[in-house]
This record gives sequence, C-alpha cells and structure tokens, in this order.
Amino acid sequence: MTLTAIDWSIMLVYLAFVLGIGFVVKRFMRSSEDFFLAGRALPAWVCGLAFISANLGAQEVIGMAASGAKYGIATSHFYWVGAIPAMVFVGVFMMPFYYGSRARSVPEYLRLRFDEKTRAVNAFSFAVMTVFSSGVSMYAMAKLLQTLKLLDAPLAALGLRAAWAFHLSILASALIVLAYTFLGGLTSAIYNEVLQFFLIVAGFLPLVLLGLADTGGWTGLKAKLPEGMVHSWKGMAHASTNPLGVEWFGMVMGLGFVLSFGYWCTDFLVVQRAMAAHSVSAARRTPLIAALPKMFFPFLVILPGLIAVSLPAPKGSPVLVASDGASGATMGIIPPKFDDRGAPVLDRDGKIEFDYDLAIPQLLLHYLPHGLLGLGLTALLASFMSGMAGNVTAFNTVWTYDIYQSYIRPNASDEHYLRVGRMATVGGIGLSVAAAYVATRFNNIMDMLQLVFAFVNAPVFATFLLGMFWKRATGHGAFTGLVSGTLAAAAHHGLTLPAGAASGFKGGWLTVLHQYPSEMAQNFWTAIFAWSACFAVTIAVSLLTSPRPDSELVGLVYSLTAKPAEDDLPWFERPAPLGAIVLGLTAVLNVVFW
Amino acid sequence: MGLDIRIPIGAMFGTLGLLLTGYGVFADPVLNTRPLGVNVNLWWGLVLLAFGAGMLHFGRKRSA
Repeated sequence: MTLTAIDWSIMLVYLAFVLGIGFVVKRFMRSSEDFFLAGRALPAWVCGLAFISANLGAQEVIGMAASGAKYGIATSHFYWVGAIPAMVFVGVFMMPFYYGSRARSVPEYLRLRFDEKTRAVNAFSFAVMTVFSSGVSMYAMAKLLQTLKLLDAPLAALGLRAAWAFHLSILASALIVLAYTFLGGLTSAIYNEVLQFFLIVAGFLPLVLLGLADTGGWTGLKAKLPEGMVHSWKGMAHASTNPLGVEWFGMVMGLGFVLSFGYWCTDFLVVQRAMAAHSVSAARRTPLIAALPKMFFPFLVILPGLIAVSLPAPKGSPVLVASDGASGATMGIIPPKFDDRGAPVLDRDGKIEFDYDLAIPQLLLHYLPHGLLGLGLTALLASFMSGMAGNVTAFNTVWTYDIYQSYIRPNASDEHYLRVGRMATVGGIGLSVAAAYVATRFNNIMDMLQLVFAFVNAPVFATFLLGMFWKRATGHGAFTGLVSGTLAAAAHHGLTLPAGAASGFKGGWLTVLHQYPSEMAQNFWTAIFAWSACFAVTIAVSLLTSPRPDSELVGLVYSLTAKPAEDDLPWFERPAPLGAIVLGLTAVLNVVFW
Repeated sequence: MGLDIRIPIGAMFGTLGLLLTGYGVFADPVLNTRPLGVNVNLWWGLVLLAFGAGMLHFGRKRSA
C-alpha cells in the first residue's frame, strides 16, 4: 500500500513535535535528579497519562487487538481483573513507601528495606529485561512496517531495495527515541508519553467509531460473532467453556493477583512515572488517574480485533475449518500468516494459521481514508516509541543508580552520574538494536529469554507485599524467597504442558505430570506456584533469621510509617475515594460485558 | 518545570486539525468519504482542532 502527501505530513508534524520537546526540555536538565526523576516536579495528571503510555507499547496495542480477534471480549480480563485493581493497590497502599522513602528506583527501595543482594537480583534482571523488551518492540515495529510495505515507495524513490525497510525502521526509531531521551531524560520521555497518549486516542478512536457504526454498534457486533466471543465472564466456570481455556480461579489468582500486581506494583518502568510527581499525594494519585482512562482502553485496543473478525472476508481469502470440522468460518479481514517463501503457515493439524497481529493495521486500511490513515499509522508508531522510551529511561536509571553507582563507582560527583546516565541511554538503545537483530535470527533464544524473565518476575510481588506490610520480613528471607519462587516457576513449567503442545519451550521438559487446557492456564498457574513458594519461603527464612530493629524500618514498612496527612485535600484528590470510584466503575464494566 | 506540556500538545493537535480539515474541504470528495459516505477527515479534523485550541487555552491561562 502507498501513503499520500497528507499521510506523510501528519507523520512529520508528529516527529517534529517529539524532537522539539526533547530540545526544549534539555535546557532544564541540570542535575542527575532532573534527568532520572524529572526533578520530582510534575503534576499528577501528567505522570498518570505517562503511566499508561509507557506501558502502551507494541505488545499492548498489537497484542491486545490480536487477542481480541482470537478470544473475544474475554481479553478485557487483562484490564478489568488485571491492571485496574493492581493500579488502585499501588496508588493507595504502596506509593507512600516508594515515594516517601526517597528511594530513586524500585531496586533501591529493596536495598533500603532488605539488603544489597536482594537489590542486586532485582536490578540486574530488570536491566536485562528492559533492553530486551525495547529490542522486541523495535523488532515488532520494523516487521510490521515491512509487512505493510509502507516504506517501499520512498525506498524505491531513493533507489534502495525493499529489504532495506526493516533496517531503516530500526535505525530511524532508535535514533528518534535516542534523541529525545538523551536530551531531556525522564521529563522529555514523560512529556512525549503524554503527547503520545492523546495521539493514540486520536488515531484509534475514529477507527472504533467507524467500525461500530458499520457493524451496527455493540448489538450488531454481538449478532455477528459467536456467543463465546462477546461475554467476558459467562463460561469462566470451566476451562472448557470459554475461549481462553482457563477457569475463573486460575484467571483471578494468576492473572489478576500474581501477574498484574507483580507488574503494576513493582515494575520500575511504570513506578518511575509516579516517582516523578511533585508530592507524595500526587504520586499516589498517579496510578489512580491513570486507571480512569485505562479501564476504557479495551474499547480502543480490543474492540478493533472483534470488529476485524466480524467483517466479511475479502474475496478469495482462505476459509478456516473450525475444530469440529463443520462450519467454514473465515477470520474476517485478518489475512493468513505467510512464511519467508510466501507460503501460508499451517498449524500442527494442517489448518491455516491467521496473522492476528495484523488486526489493527488491516482495520486502519479498511476504514480510514488518506489523512486519517496517516493519523492512525502515526498513532501506531507513537505507541511503539513510547514503549521503547519507557524501557530506555527505566534502564538508564537502574543502570546508573543501582549498578554503576553501587558496584562500579560510588562517590562520584552528580555531574559524573548525569554524564553516565546519558551514556547509558546510548548504550541501552545500542543493546536494544542488537536485541532486535538477535530476534530476527534466533527466535528460540528470544523465546527462552522470555521464559526466564517470566520465571524471575512471577514471585516478585510476594517479596514486596511482605516487605511493605510485615516488618519481621528479613533480607535473607526475601532473597531466598525470590530464588525459590523462580525455581518453583521453572519446575512447574518443566512438569506441565498445555494441551496439544510438544515438550520443550512450551513446558514438560522434565516430565509431564499435568496437562493444562491452554497455554494461558499454564502461565497463570506457573505464576501462582512461584508466588506461593516465594511467600512461604520468605516467611519461613525470615522467622529463622534476625529481624532489623524497628528504628531502621521507619518509612519503609506500613506499621512503622505515619499515615500521610491528607485532610487539607479536597475529597477528589484523596487516594481512597478515588480508588473506590475506579473500582466501582470497573465492577460496572464487568457486569455490562458479563 | 518551565514548560507546560499543554502548549506543545495544543500546538500539535491544532496543526494536525488544520491539516485534516483542510484536506477534508479541498481534496476530491471521493478521497474523503471512503467507505461509509461521511467526510471523516473534515469532522475528525474539527474535533482535533477544538481539542488543540482547548489545550492551548488552558496551558496559557496557567502559565500567564
């Protein structure tokens, strides 16, 4: 497909503003705190919108629409059971310790609360993970631009082969993100994330509105789709009666409690946005303000997936034979997956596989005329870049404060750390580019890394929960708990297998003791086992080791910290009422789409 | 912070709104009305223009 002048102009306007913000903000970067923590001076609504945007990378936009196309509205559990309750929890209960302890990062909180080794585990795994995920984000974007053949015409004009589209997209996205994070640090990243937030809404909202108008609204859409795709809770009683293949308990505990709380409450990528707020009450409001738009994001990112499969398939598209062999359902406007030689990819049963990741791009092409099409594609690029910049700014902070200053060169001047931070930005982006190329060559390595990260991440929430709310928890306890949790995750994965999968990366590499109905069910239960192991071992080891005196834990543990005074705030700025409103609205959404 | 983020946001959406509205008015109607028969560029351009103006207004009011 080709873009016209109006589409390119829209994209250029966006790029000009993104870089312009970097240049303007650079003037305010004087100390390392300005660079890494935005001087702790931003208003809550700015941090809140950045909080959403930083997470709104490739995996979110493309992945949620793909999941919507595959599983239907049940994908909203990732929001209405997963993200939102966790965001309320971190804002109301955890933020006072992150912000109040004056820790400059999440790993640094772990050092203050526990000890050096617990921080080291968290800092190193986090640093590797951020580089890896921004690399994957870059790879996904380059791959998408290549599939859509967006850059073919301009490349041909330059006399270059179409194969350069991949390299060009990686290079261009790396340079743009590098420019604005290098110049303006976290402030620039956060400001751009706010801009990107509005752009993503402005680009995708017309798509959803047109799609709904075309399919006859939610009622019309419901009539066109199978029953299982339009209910989020109906059928959750058993794994066999819902498209996700997981029962309600595994979903609520695994996804809702362990995985979502683990991500939203402890991942420095998002917590850093709240730490940049100007006061402790603004920091607490950050995730709550973020939760308000976040709960409506399923309409923006999941609904396009449903609309895409409900549309009549273009002539000549392949027909998917349903698992019962009866109906000849098509996948709407979603095209089949092709391998490198242009042949359709078949699954183990010989059926055609569909490229669900193309749900949003296909819908953009289907509904939007030139002009809005440019805006929609720019929104897609914005989401990729905000995800990447989020990772890069979190990486440079953890690298500089938690690794460089702690283990390589302590006691240097603040100017020195500011310089190191800028260098870490360049290094982080360089490593992400390397990761993106590794992803193109060695898919297995990426799958394996992803698996290892899942094992490392699964137990962390138990450590933070005990650290913040049980003063008896000790450093030795936390460390052995984390290690045991990771081992438990690996062991559980090695002993179980999702139905229909072969032993290997999907699990069962030790021996198969249990079969799960779906990969998602296996993931959720791996997380539950990891969390429980970490929780139990941390308690056991803590009771056997000597606790730290209460005086050292003031400001770090719930029972030893004064409740933040908020009497002078109007009710709508207090975390508890805000949190209650957010949870109430989320409950209503769950019921409406039951 | 010396820069109120609402000002660049307002300026960017104002520019994008002008581009889309202009295209919606002046380009061949066939290009604008695909596929549902509504001039979506014009209407969405006006929405963005209004949003941009609002952002600029509130951003400047606070800085002043």
